[in-house]
Amino acid sequence: MSANMAVMNFGGDTAVGEQFLTFMLNGEEYGVDILRVQEIKGWENATEIPNTPPYVLGVINLRGAIMPVIDMRLRFGFPSVEYTAATVVIVLRVRNENGQERTMGFVVDAVSDVYNIPVGNLQPPPDFGGTIRTDYVRGLAMVDEKMVILLDVDYLVASDVAMIDAEEPGEIAESLAE
Amino acid sequence: MSVDISQFHQVYFEESFEGLDAMESGLLALSSGEPDMETINVIFRAAHSIKGGAGTFGFRDISDFTHVMETLLDEMRSGKRLVTPAAVDLLLRSTDQLGGLLTAARDKVEPDAEAIAEALTELQAMLNEAQPDAPAPAAPTTPAAAPAGWRIRFAPQAHLFMTGNDPARLLRELTALGSCTINCDLSQLPEAGAEFDPEACYIAWDIELSAPVEESAVREVFEWVDGDAEILIQSVMPSAAALAAASAAQAEAEQLAEDRRQSDRRAGDRRAGDRRQSDRREGAAGASSSSSIRVDIGKVDALINMIGQLVITQSMLLDLGQEITPEKTIKLREGLAQLERNTRDLQESIMNIRMMPISFSFNRFPRLVRDLSSKLGKEVQLKLAGEETEVDKTVLEKIGDPLVHLVRNALDHGLETPEVREACGKSAVGTLSLNAYHEGGSVVIDISDDGAGLNRERILAKARERGIIDAHVHPTDAQVYDCIFAPGFSTAAVVSDVSGRGVGMDVVRRNIRDLGGTVDVHSTPGQGATFRIRLPLTLAILDGQLVRVGANVYIISLVSIIESLQVESANVQTVSGSTELYSLRSEYIPVLRLYDLFDVQPDSTELSEGLLVVVEAMGKKVALLVDELLAQQQVVVKSLQTNFRNVDGISGATILGTGSVAMILDVNGLVRLSRERYADLPLVPNSFRMAQQETIQ
Repeated sequence: MSANMAVMNFGGDTAVGEQFLTFMLNGEEYGVDILRVQEIKGWENATEIPNTPPYVLGVINLRGAIMPVIDMRLRFGFPSVEYTAATVVIVLRVRNENGQERTMGFVVDAVSDVYNIPVGNLQPPPDFGGTIRTDYVRGLAMVDEKMVILLDVDYLVASDVAMIDAEEPGEIAESLAE
Repeated sequence: MSVDISQFHQVYFEESFEGLDAMESGLLALSSGEPDMETINVIFRAAHSIKGGAGTFGFRDISDFTHVMETLLDEMRSGKRLVTPAAVDLLLRSTDQLGGLLTAARDKVEPDAEAIAEALTELQAMLNEAQPDAPAPAAPTTPAAAPAGWRIRFAPQAHLFMTGNDPARLLRELTALGSCTINCDLSQLPEAGAEFDPEACYIAWDIELSAPVEESAVREVFEWVDGDAEILIQSVMPSAAALAAASAAQAEAEQLAEDRRQSDRRAGDRRAGDRRQSDRREGAAGASSSSSIRVDIGKVDALINMIGQLVITQSMLLDLGQEITPEKTIKLREGLAQLERNTRDLQESIMNIRMMPISFSFNRFPRLVRDLSSKLGKEVQLKLAGEETEVDKTVLEKIGDPLVHLVRNALDHGLETPEVREACGKSAVGTLSLNAYHEGGSVVIDISDDGAGLNRERILAKARERGIIDAHVHPTDAQVYDCIFAPGFSTAAVVSDVSGRGVGMDVVRRNIRDLGGTVDVHSTPGQGATFRIRLPLTLAILDGQLVRVGANVYIISLVSIIESLQVESANVQTVSGSTELYSLRSEYIPVLRLYDLFDVQPDSTELSEGLLVVVEAMGKKVALLVDELLAQQQVVVKSLQTNFRNVDGISGATILGTGSVAMILDVNGLVRLSRERYADLPLVPNSFRMAQQETIQ
């Protein structure tokens, strides 16, 4: 039913709803804006980047570009699982505050579905009481009586000190100009 | 046919900014020496092109503003006005305003109307000024009696359309001068069936303009096609037949001259090209004389990317070549060797596209020094050397700001006022020199002044006050001078708008470090200071040594490697329990264990089972402990920052022949990383620890 819904609405009025690609993570279903998805690929061994948190698995060669790969399970504090040939990497285009786009891979358990979710059906994330950060959760949505957690990938990356430069190059240029 | 001319805007702006540079350097040349006709002509021509283009693209304010400048320049050119310092100064300032106008038009923002109006008023005031000293204007060439009108023959050459000129526009402009009777001459049209070039112009026009305008006004309309068309202008006199005959004779003579000019031109475009080039060579003194083409940087980058792929393919084939059966091996190896040679040649020439002479960066300094020194009341002579030294365009773009900063500092803090200089027995005029040269695999830029030098006591006092250097430590001169690169460090008593706010030297060092370069300072009290910047030639490709630590392959830039050696346990000494020093030919070299810094699993943690790679980092030697040395190969440097961020100790990544990614080590960064990690080591200069902490925050 949900798949049908998605197909029916594909290319339809975007003002009514947005399309989300969802994936499974430790039995929970998460969604990201489908327009940010560049591709979905299988897992391959990454080259470690020294002195980064465990969830930064390293970088891989994506057709000549150096792309970092993030383990979403570890990022969200779930227990890790062994990677197999069936492990999936979702390649997303992430924007920073300056509008610059970065391509990053996110390892998830499995890709689930594509949903068309009307904006009105989005609920703000509840306050989890401080232990879990909610600022990168865009909202919650009920689809077919399941809860889907919609992520703001831009903020997920921007709010992570392990993923951004200590200082933006722009600032350096500015202070030089003084 | 409607053409979207906005696509040409970018080219116009690029050319205009180049023109502005030419004007500026020309004006500076004027201000410092005898007025030279050719220099004035160069300035005039640059202004004229900017005005012409602005008119075509509809930038009214630019063309109006340039027109006034041009009028002033024209008077200088024709000798009606003397080249006075005041006039040059005003023109220089107007050039700035013109630059502002161009920038505003390019970025589609509002220009600073007030400043421009002010400059315009000044220019007008100067134009209106009487010129008592000026030589009498040349005798007017036009007859005193104003003609009733003009008979004009406008016969463009076949290639007119190629030059981008539109005859209809010219005719429209002509009708704006007065009522015209235009007759079209189609006699040159090819016969039906004959060969017909649709891009050639076969039409000529005979125009009768009945308006008492000046000849120059008519000429101005055709100014842009002068040389691409036969233009004959005859005056129509009210009566006086004799006068008409005279001017007809003059016109005939003119036509003869024009014909001759045309045949000259036909005789050889190549020759004309040579002449033009030599003209330019004479005109823009000091400017690069080589001809150039305009290439979109994106295309060059794509090419560089492709060559990068080719290098990767080649190294992959080289790997494969090792496994082929013996009979075919020799031939395959030959072919591969040839491929390697070709790839290298190709790569080298493509890299050369990106190389630009450093004069692009140096050119702004004569102006900067002139303005700043007059503001600071100092007399400064600027010496530039090695402007033809070539560096990568990216390096060139990024080195500009740090250079400006160092030059400003030298002017503000380094050089003294004429009085002080004379009191010290030095010449009143200070010297600031910029010198660029190649040394090994890097480009060196020296910025030296013959001023007071760095004040050791003041820097040391300030450094102690700020806790950069502990009170009981007796640092060397180099250590003291190094403090000026600490964040927020300034000894200037007064913060001027030139410098002294303490923002800067750390940024200068960081920017240079980001380019893979170094900066250090030498100073002799009373005799001046020299800042030496050392930069890599190019950022895109490097010769690398592959090393292995456990399962990880890292790349060390070959130029930074001094030697590699096996460890003799007897030569290892431990200082304060944790720092290891390796004694090599009576030198003590700190050992950095890569596996420890990067937190990876090595084959062995025993020094004696690994290899030491001695590298130079920040002017000092350090030894990196690795498990094994692998191949040497050229690698294409790719940024980690594009999709991730900068990582301490890593300058980038590359893709190996196997398709996997390997990290390129930044040896300076490794030293910083280890100092940061073992911050309480006695070997660590305190200034560094401080700088590092600020960066982390």
